[in-house]
Amino acid sequence: MTRIEFWQGNTACAEGALAAGCNFFGGYPITPSTEVAEIMAAKMPKKGGVFIQMEDEIAGIASIIGASWTGARSMTATSGPGFSLMMENIGYAAMTETPCMIVNVQRGGPSTGQPTMGAQGDMMQVRFGSQGDYAIIALCPANVQEMYELTARAFNLADQYRVPVFLMADEIVGHMREKIIIPDSMPQIPRRPLVKGTLPFKAGADLVPGFPQFGKGYGVHVTGLTHDERGYPAATNPQLHEALVRRLVDKIENARHAIADFDIINPDAEQVFIAYGAPVRTVQQVMHDHPDKNIGFLRLRTVWPFPEFALREFKNVKRFLMPELNLGQMAREVERHVRVPVVSIQKLGGELTTPTELVAALEAPL
Amino acid sequence: MSFDDWYRQDRLPHIYCAGCGNGTIINCTLAAVDQMGWKKDDTVFVSGIGCSSRAPGYIVTDSLHTTHGRAIAFATGVKLANPDLHVIVFTGDGDLAAIGGNHFIHGCRRNIDLTVVCMNNQIYGMTGGQGSPTTPKGCLSSTTPAGCAEMPFDLCELAIAAGANYVSRWTSYHVKELEKAVKVGLETPGFSFIEALVQCPTAFGRRNKFRQVADHVEYLRAHSLLKAKSDRLLAEGKPIPEDMFVVGELARRNRPALGVKP
Ligand SMILES: Cc1ncc(C[n+]2csc(CCOP(=O)(O)OP(=O)(O)O)c2C)c(N)n1
Ligand code: SF4
Ligand SMILES: [Mg+2]
Repeated sequence: MTRIEFWQGNTACAEGALAAGCNFFGGYPITPSTEVAEIMAAKMPKKGGVFIQMEDEIAGIASIIGASWTGARSMTATSGPGFSLMMENIGYAAMTETPCMIVNVQRGGPSTGQPTMGAQGDMMQVRFGSQGDYAIIALCPANVQEMYELTARAFNLADQYRVPVFLMADEIVGHMREKIIIPDSMPQIPRRPLVKGTLPFKAGADLVPGFPQFGKGYGVHVTGLTHDERGYPAATNPQLHEALVRRLVDKIENARHAIADFDIINPDAEQVFIAYGAPVRTVQQVMHDHPDKNIGFLRLRTVWPFPEFALREFKNVKRFLMPELNLGQMAREVERHVRVPVVSIQKLGGELTTPTELVAALEAPL
Repeated sequence: MSFDDWYRQDRLPHIYCAGCGNGTIINCTLAAVDQMGWKKDDTVFVSGIGCSSRAPGYIVTDSLHTTHGRAIAFATGVKLANPDLHVIVFTGDGDLAAIGGNHFIHGCRRNIDLTVVCMNNQIYGMTGGQGSPTTPKGCLSSTTPAGCAEMPFDLCELAIAAGANYVSRWTSYHVKELEKAVKVGLETPGFSFIEALVQCPTAFGRRNKFRQVADHVEYLRAHSLLKAKSDRLLAEGKPIPEDMFVVGELARRNRPALGVKP
């Protein structure tokens, strides 16, 4: 039986994770994500899973990577300063193809910035924050329902593509309370085990190798050094390094159609909003208030890999308008895929873009 | 079976320099593991970054070669998620006590059921010989060209103060004692810490007047003070010479531990 709750976004995130079979949480408290850890601390032991408060966020992500190698569905949750501390081990997870789930309830940065205020300032950091070339998957919820559903989906994506997956929420969505309909169950797509006798880092057509879980007799060596298909260090082999890094990126970029999750509204419109996370709410308000204006809307739930093909659905577009709680981080990504102007509607300070601000942008001369 | 069976034959030759002490420590550790009668499938080696941390790559079991300083944090996740696995950490003095110092003390405080073997060459070997938190005062390194001005950490004292259940120190000279100490560490529930002082001819010995590998090993032997002897000196109110280090079993207790198989 589905049931209805009135929940905070962070509650929905923790509950969505538990519904998805998450059985290991390692983290460190930080506003505005702390509720996720607190709920996990209370509920995880009852479900037979592990909750551990680590000594810092570096240890938090390290612990979930270690747990993942034993087959656990593992996650951590943090915000800006903690997210910055995690960067080295995020690269390690990407390089070693470790499935794991990282929640970033974004707050105003840089530095300690605005602990209790919302922002979307980590959208480039999540994609490029660790050294070297790699790829990740990032999802952006715009309401409490999506905090639940996207969290659950993140675990499936992590297992399917063997990659760190990020729920890039923001303080506004994390702390808002609204109605949520809890489904009976969330579909779980298990990790594909490595076929015994196959090299542990040799991938097939989908570029994702099977998973050699610790304790199952694979005898796998896992290293963040450039490694060959056996998993052995081969850090000075130029061809091997290039092939490995290209595979790590291609396995995600090639799958972007399958990973993508977005809504296209009014594809014939000339003015089209693009939004993800909390600003989606403002766009929805403006569309509701101005049914006469024929506004187009590309509403993104997956932000990385960026679904650039969705932009081409708007055949008559004269300009894209992109509200973000940053100085235009994703607008820059849109710009490199389109020929029409991209108006970046930027908001810093912690408050949500207002409908008035969006209407003003709509009415500005083309 | 012997320790030899635990090596990944297809990964040889290894990267260690001729005369490096790390191989001795890995042999002793594997000999102790072998005596435990554990299955290879249930044993996991975890390490950070450094010459010492390369050890798991040469062992046939599942292994996680992680990031610099973080091995204990990764190992904590492995052990808590699956307490059936026996988890052993290889680390170096820089990895454990500099960048990884916080994870070390918290691993001891939690008393998590890991066995941590630190190959302490008192230098950053892998990066070519910079000073580490255990470089003795006055010793030369590429970043202490006038002699190290800082006081070193006593890793064992640190582990004891932070709460580890089992702590012992030996050197690459004391192979039998070391093997036994690792075995006790493996048997003891909770956090077991074994420090092994090792020679590093390339990065340490060369700069600090050990012309031969054997000179350095002899130095380690001659400056080892057995725990019983040091206790006697202390009881008699006599000082422990500053250039000596105490070897032997330094702590063995039964504080509540984390991650022990139920
Ligand atoms: C975050 C980070 N900083 C610095 C380094 C460079 N680095 C590699 S090994 C090492 C020191 C290793 O010293 P130790 O742990 O004593 O190991 P040894 O090589 O002496 O066995 C350093 C500083 C690194 N790999 N990662
Ligand atoms: S540099 Fe020192 S520690 Fe590293 S392999 Fe050579 S001798 Fe051993
Ligand atoms: Mg060292």
